[in-house]
Amino acid sequence: MTSRLLSTIILTIVMLFLIGPFLIIVAASLSAGDTLAFPPQGLSFKWVLKVFEIESFRASFVMSMMLAILGTLAALVIGIPVSYALARYKVPFGETVRTIVSAPIIVPGIIVGLALLRYLVIPLGFNIGLALFMAHTALVLPYAVRVVSASMVNLRSDIEEAAVLLGCSRLGAFLRVVLPSIRGGILAAFILGFVTSFNQVPVSLFLSGPGVRTLPIDMLAYLETTYDPSVAALSALLAFMSIGIVFLAERFLGFSRYV
Amino acid sequence: MSDTSFLSLEQLTLAYDDNIAVRNLDLGIKRGELVALLGPSGCGKTTTMRSIAGLLTPKSGVIRLDGADITRVPANKRAVGLVFQSYALFPHLSVFENVAFGLRLKKVAKHELEKRVENGLKSVGLSKFAARKPAELSGGQQQRVALARSMVMEPKVLLLDEPLSNLDARLRLEMRTELQRVQKESGITMIFVTHDQVEALALADRIVVMRDGLIEQIGTPEDIYNKPASAFVADFVGFENVFALEAGQLKTPHGLINLSGSAPAGIAGLAWRPNTVKLDQGPYQGTVLGTSFAGRTREYLLDTPLGPIKAEVDAGFPGHELGTSLNFNLPVEDAAPLARFA
Ligand SMILES: Nc1ncnc2c1ncn2[C@@H]1O[C@H](COP(=O)(O)OP(=O)(O)OP(=O)(O)O)[C@@H](O)[C@H]1O
Ligand SMILES: [Mg+2]
Repeated sequence: MTSRLLSTIILTIVMLFLIGPFLIIVAASLSAGDTLAFPPQGLSFKWVLKVFEIESFRASFVMSMMLAILGTLAALVIGIPVSYALARYKVPFGETVRTIVSAPIIVPGIIVGLALLRYLVIPLGFNIGLALFMAHTALVLPYAVRVVSASMVNLRSDIEEAAVLLGCSRLGAFLRVVLPSIRGGILAAFILGFVTSFNQVPVSLFLSGPGVRTLPIDMLAYLETTYDPSVAALSALLAFMSIGIVFLAERFLGFSRYV
Repeated sequence: MSDTSFLSLEQLTLAYDDNIAVRNLDLGIKRGELVALLGPSGCGKTTTMRSIAGLLTPKSGVIRLDGADITRVPANKRAVGLVFQSYALFPHLSVFENVAFGLRLKKVAKHELEKRVENGLKSVGLSKFAARKPAELSGGQQQRVALARSMVMEPKVLLLDEPLSNLDARLRLEMRTELQRVQKESGITMIFVTHDQVEALALADRIVVMRDGLIEQIGTPEDIYNKPASAFVADFVGFENVFALEAGQLKTPHGLINLSGSAPAGIAGLAWRPNTVKLDQGPYQGTVLGTSFAGRTREYLLDTPLGPIKAEVDAGFPGHELGTSLNFNLPVEDAAPLARFA
């Protein structure tokens, strides 16, 4: 009985820590006051509406969207063949690749950002946008490989052989039989990659310059000069967007199977 | 191989890396023949099929099909069909699209394609299921889709790897008849793998018995059943009392024992089915170790100086109690002579 009570308490505390900040942000964004504060002073939608009027947010939102979409697509273009090779063939150092890939935290994002800045952008004059794209691709790649690999576990090689015997080339069999069979996993990887990339701060931190900013970085910058609830409103909107995407994914794809 | 062979395997050696799975295999198959590859697990049946299909490149040897050397022809250009033990249907495609898959790749015109797919589905009795996904079919139905998918391609040779092993007993019988009918109607040359001797005997025109990557015997079902060439084949087709011969005598765990007759010259062993062992007569003595009733017959396990002997007699005969000792005979004229013993 006591252990039951204890676990309930612990669970409540954990949920509070997980969801609490989100609720606070939502509440703060609905404030009628002029500064970011909790509890909110009064109730209004004015800060939510203001978000849409801030020019730099719009630009950086588009930037983040582009990065998240293109970076994730690029990561999938690299990651799908890698997953396939790892699943099908005895790849030299395959185990090492798998380990690196399944522990994306090994290299902190901030180091990736710094490295790209120090060795590509500064000495080679790389375009910042391109560097950001590369950084986000690298960031998402482990997720892509991991999720796509998970969807390949149950993929038997005999359906490819069957396709070959019916006249496909090996590549044809991959495109016609393998890809369609793992499309759920690919979509799941895309969504996970998109959300990860979109919310990413550390990688982007060093790689934001004048005119080129991702949304999270822009929000940080905004907060430095203007301490009003519009940032909270934007955060809440983004959180709802992520929740919506994941909810739809779970609903239609059984997203959690792959992650 | 003889010139009349439609498909011939000549001195075929197959290996996975350095592990040789099949050694110097020679086999000729006539057009329209239904051949069974029979043998215990791991003897190289699947390996042989995969090499014929082109999924495994031989280490050495030649594969000839319809007069052409196809040893190096890629799998997708061979016109060889393979029905996998696991069916290997495309899970994302409907039954219709599974069957149409190969025809679409061949760019068969729409009208003809539909006709061929429909005929294919009809011949396996699945016309009503064209719109279903493979996951919505029973095992036997999936099996038939896989069969239709290969058949509509009109392959020169159709290979079936344990086509019936995943089915329950009733379906297995049904599919056995089905397979035989489809084969006779289409006239397609077929090779099927099985480790069930009953299935091989019932279906095949010819049986190839394999063991450890080598061919033990090739023959008609009658040959294999009645005249096994070796102790291994004899054991495989139900001769449960198998003895080597030495100096005209039976070689047993307890030394050489005289035959109750004289053996033909130049053979290595003799084998008796349980139903050819005669009880209550003859020169040998044994004790009943076990007995079981099998409907029309009764089986006995005897402890004898020759080792354990299995006998099967008409259930109408008066039975013997456990522990009774009795006489029995192994009539030489009822034995299968074995050319090889090892
Ligand atoms: N992919 C592989 N890699 C290495 N060795 C293999 C491979 N496939 C089969 N073998 C080996 O080759 C030999 C023949 O295998 P094969 O699959 O042809 O047997 P089989 O007669 O089909 O047996 P079963 O009745 O169990 O299917 C076996 O010793 C097996 O261990
Ligand atoms: Mg096999």
